[in-house]
Order: sequence, then structure tokens, then C-alpha cells
Amino acid sequence: MFETFSLTALQQYWWILVSLLGSILVFLLFVQGGQTLIYQLGKTDTDRTIIINTIGSKWEFTFTTLVTFGGAFFASFPLFYSTSFGGAYWVWIIILFAFIIQAVAYEFRSKPENFLGKKVFDAFLFVNGLLSTVLLGAAVSTFFTGSHFLIDSARHSQWTLSTRGLEAAFNIQNLSLGLAVFFLSRVLASLYFFRTINSVEIVEKTRRQLIYNAIPFLVFFLLFTGLLMFKDGFAVNPATGEVFMAPYKYFHNLIEMPVVALLFLAGVLLVLAGIILPVLSFVKYGEKGIWFAGFGTVLAVFSLFLLAGFNNTSFYPSVADLQSSLTISNSSSSHYTLTAMSYVSLIIPFVLIYIVYVWRIINRKKVDIRDLDEEHVY
Amino acid sequence: MTQLYDASLVDWSRAQFALTAIYHWCFVPLTLGLSFIVAFMETLYVKTGSEEWKRITKFWMTLFGINFAIGVATGIILEFEFGTNWSNYSWFVGDIFGAPLAVEGLMAFFIESTFVAVMFFGWNKVSKRFHLLSTWLTAIGANLSALWILVANSWMQHPVGMHFNPDTARNEMTNFWDVLFSPVAINKFLHTVSSGYVVASVFVLGISAWFLLKNREIRFAKLSIIVAAVFGIVVSLFIIITGDQSARLMAKHQPMKFAAMENLYEGQRKAPLVVFGVLRNNNKTDLDKNEFALKLEIPNFLSSMAFLDANAYVPGIKDIAEGNPEHGIMSATEKIEKGKTAIIALKDYNAAKKAKDTVASNTALSLLQTNYNYFGYGFLTEAKDTIPPVKLTFYSFRLMVVLGFWFVILFVLALIFLSGNKLENKRWFFRLAIISVPLAYLASQFGWIVTEVGRQPWVIQDLMPAITAVSNINVGSVKVTFVLFAIIFTLLLVAEIKIMLKQINNGPKDGGN
Repeated sequence: MFETFSLTALQQYWWILVSLLGSILVFLLFVQGGQTLIYQLGKTDTDRTIIINTIGSKWEFTFTTLVTFGGAFFASFPLFYSTSFGGAYWVWIIILFAFIIQAVAYEFRSKPENFLGKKVFDAFLFVNGLLSTVLLGAAVSTFFTGSHFLIDSARHSQWTLSTRGLEAAFNIQNLSLGLAVFFLSRVLASLYFFRTINSVEIVEKTRRQLIYNAIPFLVFFLLFTGLLMFKDGFAVNPATGEVFMAPYKYFHNLIEMPVVALLFLAGVLLVLAGIILPVLSFVKYGEKGIWFAGFGTVLAVFSLFLLAGFNNTSFYPSVADLQSSLTISNSSSSHYTLTAMSYVSLIIPFVLIYIVYVWRIINRKKVDIRDLDEEHVY
Repeated sequence: MTQLYDASLVDWSRAQFALTAIYHWCFVPLTLGLSFIVAFMETLYVKTGSEEWKRITKFWMTLFGINFAIGVATGIILEFEFGTNWSNYSWFVGDIFGAPLAVEGLMAFFIESTFVAVMFFGWNKVSKRFHLLSTWLTAIGANLSALWILVANSWMQHPVGMHFNPDTARNEMTNFWDVLFSPVAINKFLHTVSSGYVVASVFVLGISAWFLLKNREIRFAKLSIIVAAVFGIVVSLFIIITGDQSARLMAKHQPMKFAAMENLYEGQRKAPLVVFGVLRNNNKTDLDKNEFALKLEIPNFLSSMAFLDANAYVPGIKDIAEGNPEHGIMSATEKIEKGKTAIIALKDYNAAKKAKDTVASNTALSLLQTNYNYFGYGFLTEAKDTIPPVKLTFYSFRLMVVLGFWFVILFVLALIFLSGNKLENKRWFFRLAIISVPLAYLASQFGWIVTEVGRQPWVIQDLMPAITAVSNINVGSVKVTFVLFAIIFTLLLVAEIKIMLKQINNGPKDGGN
């Protein structure tokens, strides 16, 4: 089946898959958001342990999705992998460090003789929540703002700034997406807690946090979107592969790809609904908010990825040398590899089915103080 | 493909990869093996309904959980390090190497991370049978993840199923099945996961022996030892068979590694196997013979092992480096020449293509194709550059094998003592079993040292030396990240060991863990 696809069709198919993984990853960052709320919501050790245990059974999904996102990006667009990871060295290394300390923090924090102490492991969780959301958001924003690299004919890349990717954090647009993702992850975490925690005090505090985080999220998200719509974008001449700056490129992409525009709009509206409905009627919508906002997040981020990669746009542009910019056609794997990988991608629905099935079983009842007597506690 | 980087950048990048890989491998073997051991134990619990087996299962499962998280944490680094520190490599082979990594994520990691949650949190939430299924799926998922990364590693040792595309300056996959079912890949997978099973068996045996030494939890310890020793014996046989097979594959595909592993400088027929040897370190250059101060050898055995023929000729380091026309071995110098021809042909091809000169580009292309098998040699300067560190490879191999056989003896003794009901007063045996636990980890690490150090200077056998594979980063940055990784991994390792020891000391608990 996939053998008959053109190389362009396969590249588009894989861009869609990578975009989907990226958007699911952003949704799953609610785990990270939750990690930054532990001390704000939990005033006692027991409360904190309840909170950690509700997200504790989910951290591996975020982690695995990140790893799979990286693996899929490597397999389908290896030139992005080699250029960005080797180039923006420090950004990726910091993100990686943030994830190393996360995995062990859950398992080790409440174990006796854990050497560093519970406070340090809880700090690890906070650091992971803060850095991974801000930096992943900023890194995605460079899809629109550009990076500083050169690529030669052997496809060897060279970063032109010694800040090695850290410069991305000093761009207002990148920073606003980074912070928007950070606050969004806290919004999603709050909504997730409404659904999973059975404790009046924690839920009361969480309701306030929802509003405190929704406001900065909206401010930064609007700032990012506004800058995006008005900025010049990195367009590609499909005949020659030449990259050039086109005014209002991303706005035009929305107009020229109405489906993407609809997805984006639907995503934003769903996120808003997920925030506003629980505020208006907590009894009716408190537990449902996460579905609205979660689904909305996936749609909005998915459409942002499509804006970056489709409609003759360079998804990883270089501001140091426009012609070094990466597009889905000049950075992809071969037809054979994309075909083989496409067959593998057919198992994704089955993976999703068993994940949903297991989540339903594990989350069948809310977590409260009684669960802490059970065998596996973080 | 034309750039050669600072040697210290290569060394630091290598050091960082070695550090992170060794730390990762401190945790993975136990995850691979203990997941199955726990699954056997839980199966016995579900079959017999005995609370004792549930208690046993939960105790080992707790240790599994502590180890599992840190294995995951150290693993993410390796995947991304291909990009951060070996970015030229990532492009040169990304078309082939990326696919197994992606499949690993999709097929294996999700199984592992989904069902491990049921395993830990599901005791009171799902049926007994579904919980057991989850435990098995966790084990299968963990081992499947090992499959894909080992396929990728094997491909680097013996690249198959691909061709070089001069237009994209990279190797492209032409046959997925050749990559997946390469004999080197299958052998490496089986040999490596079985080493994990041996580590886990020794781990369970050693800790159970500690309980017996302390005169605590006698029944628990004996039952655990039965599972560990039976599993250990079966997988040890497996590791011996696959190890023997891997010697033959190595002799065929990586003769230089094979010669280095044996400290064999001058090739010979009826080559003996040095079972045990001490090197004199008398050689002045890498091409000089390194004499044995003492050695114990089995006549003809190396020839038999490598080629199933006692009379077969086994080439030595000097034969491979300097060439041996009598046996049809091309010298490294000649290979370097051919490699340089290939590199120049690639440049000429690109220039001719730009100038739209079809004749010249076709000539260059055919020259490139004729010499491509030696492409990587073109980045080396002299014959000695093709020789890996001999001493480290030689000693690591011996230690791995000797320890491997020791573990077989250990498992057999455990079963003999158990069947004769004579285990309880064998305090010397308990002590031996306990000190064997760190030895099992070491043996497994030695195996990787043979594989990885022995194949230097290659990142991809014959096609890409490490010196052309690294990212173009300033060496200072790599030094800083090396130190950061060393600090954080050491802290986490200490924490893990302390937590583990505490949990072991607490012992199994009734009902809970």
C-alpha cells in the first residue's frame, strides 16, 4: 500500500505523525505542570503524596511519548535530528537533564535511605516541570522564528552562535510560547486533579490555581499567536527549493489551508471551554474540563506543527543562511525507509486502544488518603 | 564528510558516550532478567494460590521498580546523544538507524510503560489474571526494547541492507528485513538479553543467600533460589551457545576485533586459544607483538572456534594491518588509499553534477562505487589507526568468559545443595553467592567493552571512523556535560544502591511490599 505513495505523500504522512506525537506530548505535559503545583496545592506531606501519586502513574506516558517523538523524528527527518540536536546542544542537554532527574524522583522520593532526601527529589520534580515545559515550548517556537546554523553539501551542520541554542530563550516570541506551554501545563494539571483527587481541600486550592494559571496562559498564548500572524515567514519555492521570506506567511498558511485553520480554531475554543466551564459550574463540568482542554491542546498544537511544515514552508529555518533551512522534503528519510516505517505506524491505533483501556482501569476510582496504604506509593 | 575534528573532541565525546552507556548498563540487565523472574514467580502464585509466592513476587517486584526507573532515566540520554554528540553519524546512517529507534518507541516502550503501571498500581484494581498478563507484558516489552536497540548496534558492527546514495551523502536502507534478521543482530540480541538474565539470576541468588546467611526468611529465600538457579542454568547454556556463535561471526565480519581480543599478532593455522594469559606490555608501537608473560592455552581451539576447522588460518593483527598476500588479506594502507579514492570520487561526483557534466559524474560515481566498501579508511592516516586497544579487549574478554563459567557452577551448586536439603549450613556458599552479584554486573560490562572497544576506530565498520562522526561542538562544552553526567549519574547510583539495600534489609512483608 505505502509503496505506491509518492515521496512527497510519505513525507507529508510522516510530518502529520510527528505533529500528532508532538501535540499529544504537549497535552501529556500536564504531568510536568502538576509537578510544579505540588507545594502550592499540598500543605501537608500527605496531601503532597496524594498529588504525586495521581500524576505518578502517568509520568511514564509523557516520558515514553517524548522518547518516541524523538525516535520518530530521527527516523523520518534525520537531518532535523542531526542539525538541531548537535547544534542547539545546550537546550537539548538541559531538557535531557530535566528528564533524567524526573524519572527517579517519583520512585525514590518516599523510599527510606534515599540519600538525597525527599525535598531534593521534590525539587527535581519542580525543576523538570519548569524547564521541560518552557524549553520544549521555546524549541517548538523556533520552527517559526528560525535558528542559527549552516549546512554544507555533505549535510554537516554547524551552529553559528556559541550560545548553542540558548539564544532561543531570549526571543520574545519563543519565550511567550515557552511560558504559554508552562502555564497551560498547570491549567491541564488542575483540570486533571479535579477528575482524579478525592480531597476537598486540595480541590479548593486547585480551583484557584486554575484561574491564576489560565490568565497568564492566555496572555502569553495571544502574544505568541499575534506575533506569529503578523510576522514574515520562511517560504519555499516548490520548483527550485529556494527559501525566501514571505510577509504574513503563517497567516496566509491558515487562509490557504482552511482545514488547519478550523482545527486551530476548534482547538483554541475547546481549551477555553475546558477552562471556563468548570469555573462557571464546577459541579457539572469540574471533572469534564480536562477532556475539553486536553483535546483542544492536541488540536491546537497539531495545527501549529502543520502551519510550520506544510504549504511550502520551512519547518526548521536558518536565519544564518536561508538556503540551509530544512523543509519536510529536503530533510527526510528515503522513500524505502518512510515506506517501511509507515507500515510500522499502523500499530499506533492498537497502542492507543490498550493505553486507553489500561488508563480507564487504573483511574476507575479517585485517589485519596486511603490509597496511600496500598502497596506502591511514590 | 570532509571535516576531521580535533582529536580531544572525539575522545571526550567517546568518553561521554561510554560513561552514559556504562551507567545505563548498570540497570538494564537487571530489568531484562528480573522482569521475567518476577513473571515466573507471579505465575506460580496464580497457579498455586499460595500467599507465600505472592509475598515473594512482591518483594522482587519492589526491587524491580527501584531499578526500572533509573534504567529508563539513563536510557533517554543514549537516544538523544546520537543527535547531540554524533550528529554527523546521525545523518550518515539516520535513514537506517532511526527506524529501529522509532519502532522501539512505538512497539516496546508503550507496552512497557503501560503495563508497568498495572503491575505496580493494579494489585487491588484488576483481576489476578489480568495482573499476571501485565507482568508478562512488562517483561516482553522490556526485552523488545532491547531487541531494537541491539539491531541498531549490530548494524553498526556489520552494516547490511543498505546502499550509499551520493546525492544525499548518506547510506539508505534497501531492505528492512536484512537489517532486522542479520545473523549478527539475532546473535547479539540473544547473547545480550541472556547476559541480563544471568545477572538477574545471580542477583536473586545472591540476595536470597544473604537472607540465609542472616538466618532470616528461610522459606522465602529457598523458593527464590529455586527459581533463580533453574532460570540461571537454562540461560547460561544459552549464553554459551550464543557466545560461541558470536565468535564465529566476529572472526568473519570483524577479524581485527577478533585478533585483538586474542592478542594474536601473527596469524597461524591450528591457532590455540589462550584461556588465561598475562601480557608483558613490551611492544613499542601498536604494530609490535605484545608478548605473553605467562599463558595457558588449548591447542587448535581458536581455529576451531572461529572457523569450525582446527586447521583453519586465523589472521593476526599484523596480517590485517600490514596485509598478507599469501592469504589474500589486503593491507590497511591499501584500504586507506581506496578510501581516499572513494572520498575524492564523491567530491568529483558532486562537482560534475553541479557542472551538469554527465560523463564526468558517471566516471566519478563508478569509481566511488568500486571503492565504497573502504570509504571509512579514507579518513585514517596509517595502518596502526585501524588497531583497537588490544590489552583492554583481551582482558575484558577473558574476565567475561571466566565469570560466565563461574556463574554456571554457582547455579549448579545451588541446585545440588537444595535437592540434597544441605543448603542451610553452607555459609561459604552464601558468601560466594553474595560476592558474585557485583561480579555478574562486571561480567556484563566486560562484554560490552569487548564489543565496543574492540571495534574502534569504527563507529560503522569500515565506513565511518569515530573521528568523522562527532558533532561540531567546542570540546569545552562536551567536557562540562561529561562532568555533569558523571555527577548526576553517580548521585543517582548511590541513591539507588542505598534504597535497594534498605528494601532488601526490610525483607518481604506480609500482604504489602
